[in-house]
Amino acid sequence: MSDWPDVRLHVVTGKGGTGKSTVAAALALALAHGGRDVLLCEVEGRQGIARMFDVEPLPYEERRLATGLPGRRGRAGTVHALHVDPESALLEYLALYYHLGRAGRLLDRFGVVDFATTLAPGVRDVLLTGKVFEAAKPGGRRGGGRAYDAVVLDAPPTGRIVQFLGVSSELAGLAKVGPVKHQSDLMMGLFRSEATAVHLTTVLEEMPVQETADGITELRAAGLPVGGVVVDMVRPRDLDDEHLAAAGAGALDPGGVEHDLRAAGLDDEVADGLVDVLLADGRDHAVRRRLEDAQRERLATLGRPTYELPRLAGGVDLGALYELAGLLREQGMS
Amino acid sequence: MSRHRPRVGPRSSGGEQSPHLDVDALLADPTTRIVVCCGSGGVGKTTTSAALALRAAEQGRKVVVLTIDPARRLAQSMGIEELDNTPRPVVGIDAAAGGTLDAMMLDMKRTFDEVVESQASPDKAAQILANPFYVALSSSFAGTQEYMAMEKLGQVHRDAEADGTYDLVVVDTPPSRSALDFLDAPERLSSFLDGRFIRLLLAPARGPARFMTAGLGLVTGAVTKLIGAQVLRDMQTFVAAFDTLFGGFRARAERTFALLQADGTAFLVVASPEPDALREAAYFTERLADDAMPLAGLVVNRCSARPGGGAAVLSADEAVAAATRVGKRDPRSVTTGLLRLHADRARAVEREERLVERFGAAHPDVPVVAVAALAGDVHDLDGLRAVGRLLAGG
Ligand SMILES: Nc1ncnc2c1ncn2[C@@H]1O[C@H](COP(=O)(O)OP(=O)(O)OP(=O)(O)O)[C@@H](O)[C@H]1O
Ligand SMILES: Nc1ncnc2c1ncn2[C@@H]1O[C@H](COP(=O)(O)OP(=O)(O)OP(=O)(O)O)[C@@H](O)[C@H]1O
Ligand SMILES: [Mg+2]
Ligand SMILES: [Mg+2]
Repeated sequence: MSDWPDVRLHVVTGKGGTGKSTVAAALALALAHGGRDVLLCEVEGRQGIARMFDVEPLPYEERRLATGLPGRRGRAGTVHALHVDPESALLEYLALYYHLGRAGRLLDRFGVVDFATTLAPGVRDVLLTGKVFEAAKPGGRRGGGRAYDAVVLDAPPTGRIVQFLGVSSELAGLAKVGPVKHQSDLMMGLFRSEATAVHLTTVLEEMPVQETADGITELRAAGLPVGGVVVDMVRPRDLDDEHLAAAGAGALDPGGVEHDLRAAGLDDEVADGLVDVLLADGRDHAVRRRLEDAQRERLATLGRPTYELPRLAGGVDLGALYELAGLLREQGMS
Repeated sequence: MSRHRPRVGPRSSGGEQSPHLDVDALLADPTTRIVVCCGSGGVGKTTTSAALALRAAEQGRKVVVLTIDPARRLAQSMGIEELDNTPRPVVGIDAAAGGTLDAMMLDMKRTFDEVVESQASPDKAAQILANPFYVALSSSFAGTQEYMAMEKLGQVHRDAEADGTYDLVVVDTPPSRSALDFLDAPERLSSFLDGRFIRLLLAPARGPARFMTAGLGLVTGAVTKLIGAQVLRDMQTFVAAFDTLFGGFRARAERTFALLQADGTAFLVVASPEPDALREAAYFTERLADDAMPLAGLVVNRCSARPGGGAAVLSADEAVAAATRVGKRDPRSVTTGLLRLHADRARAVEREERLVERFGAAHPDVPVVAVAALAGDVHDLDGLRAVGRLLAGG
């Protein structure tokens, strides 16, 4: 059973480098089962989706990307991808809403597109989110585009998310009238509704966890629906509590370890100093686990559903994305 | 098990193909006046700059470090929680070698305001500072932080050369997604301020009616439709007021850019041992070469390899096999868990070494140093010293 049955738009934010793109991709795969179609969007112009899925750079156009993770009865859905860039979005927007044939092209020639999308970040954000809104809004789409059961947005980092979703944007202050304002009001309706969840990724380190806490506060203050917290890159737990405490205190018995190693035929390696290396590995691991535990406790006080993904020592390739998708589903995120 | 096995131990001096980056030689060289730490987000730029600055100071240099958004506890330990744009002495450094260390945290908006104030009459400055477009530009234009970091570097360097307070400036760079942003931002800002649309907005203010083409009417008409007339008026006021400052901004940016190309400057590129970060680092080193900017080398930070001989004695596969054998004899034994941890680290080490070697193959001239991940956070001077030692290859 999914923890988010009514959510159609999953926004994934978090501190830079804490796994937003990875988690967004895995979540899209996890949601695409039982014939459900999912759209994975990126708005930061970095072609991260193409790299993760090992396909050609994505155009400004929905593309079929992958088959989802099959469900229990074996049926998968599909994942499409969309790479949204502000210039294309602005020109499309102008053509769509204003029929600005000649003027639209002129705007571009005169550098207005550049101007609008750089100086007024609010305008850029409305354009980017507008495109995502088109795909996720209730009641189907203009021009008969494909309808999706869920949309996953690989969003900007925590520090910019509230502004990005248009709530406290300068735009609200700058453009008090006009169709841009009208459009952003419409989108706010969806973003603030139960059909949206803003999930936060973090790792178990001080700054990212702090940013998660701050992000949740800001989202709440802005009336945006806070989703779950996805803890990425969690260290393996190969030592139980008792052994962990001993490893941390430097109280593991070197003689016992040596005995085990010799019994396994590792005499040469013992001579090479393997016992000390293993004890040092254990000590470092204990220090890191202690820090992780402290941060995990802080996260628990935030009172959000939490999902954990392990740090995969081999890095993240396509197979790993499906593995992470499976773990998210097991934990009820999809 | 075979005695012949692939070497999986740490190479704290980087991959076989890369020359070793000698950080101590760089810091000891009196002609090194500026060190810039660049890299993509979260790789350890702030930590590296602070650690280098501390190490240089404890080796006798008079150092100032400009940091950007350090973690709270690190800022506290350096005495720079206040965002006041003034370097302050760091307490607790070892001054036996005669060095000093000042630190400051960059206040981007304050720096921008100061530039405006220094360039315009008080009336005009006040008018600009209050304009909503100036507020948007100075607080959220993508690139303002980079531009202001450069501006502040230029100021501090000029003052230091004039009065001799510092002989080394270490600069952290903003948490942008791409290291290139640091080099591109000033250009982006000035070409933006010089853009066609801005000139168009200025045209009526400048008078000649021949600028009032049919094109302009169409364009302003469309913009008005889009965002309303008030916004357009605010824009025009802002652009008109700012117009006289453009030249000054451009000149300052050009001077700082030239400073970055000078002999006394050294760029250090920081990366984590991840494909994305190393790809960014590769772009960046190529870009530095194109711009004739001096690259000192690459720091691969937070590596899994342990420094100082703590070699991974077993390869990942060997460790997994050994864990299975030990586990069969005694499932409760701690040795099984230790071997699995070891396997995990060995796998990461193998992968990271491959990545660094690939970087070295494509950039054989770039000196590299690998810095191991400390088990804990780096949030005090002792932590910075430990990172400094690792940076120096020890
Ligand atoms: N569970 C994991 N195990 C191993 N590596 C991971 C895991 N999750 C993410 N990574 C790696 O960590 C790095 C950062 O992840 P990712 O790109 O998803 O973060 P991000 O938050 O999108 O970053 P950015 O802020 O730069 O967009 C990538 O190299 C990714 O492959
Ligand atoms: N060698 C290291 N060992 C252990 N932890 C480290 C090491 N280097 C950096 N860190 C930790 O990694 C985190 C990120 O480092 P830091 O803030 O220096 O990165 P940054 O590149 O400045 O990030 P940003 O792009 O957000 O400014 C910090 O918590 C820091 O303590
Ligand atoms: Mg990303
Ligand atoms: Mg930083």
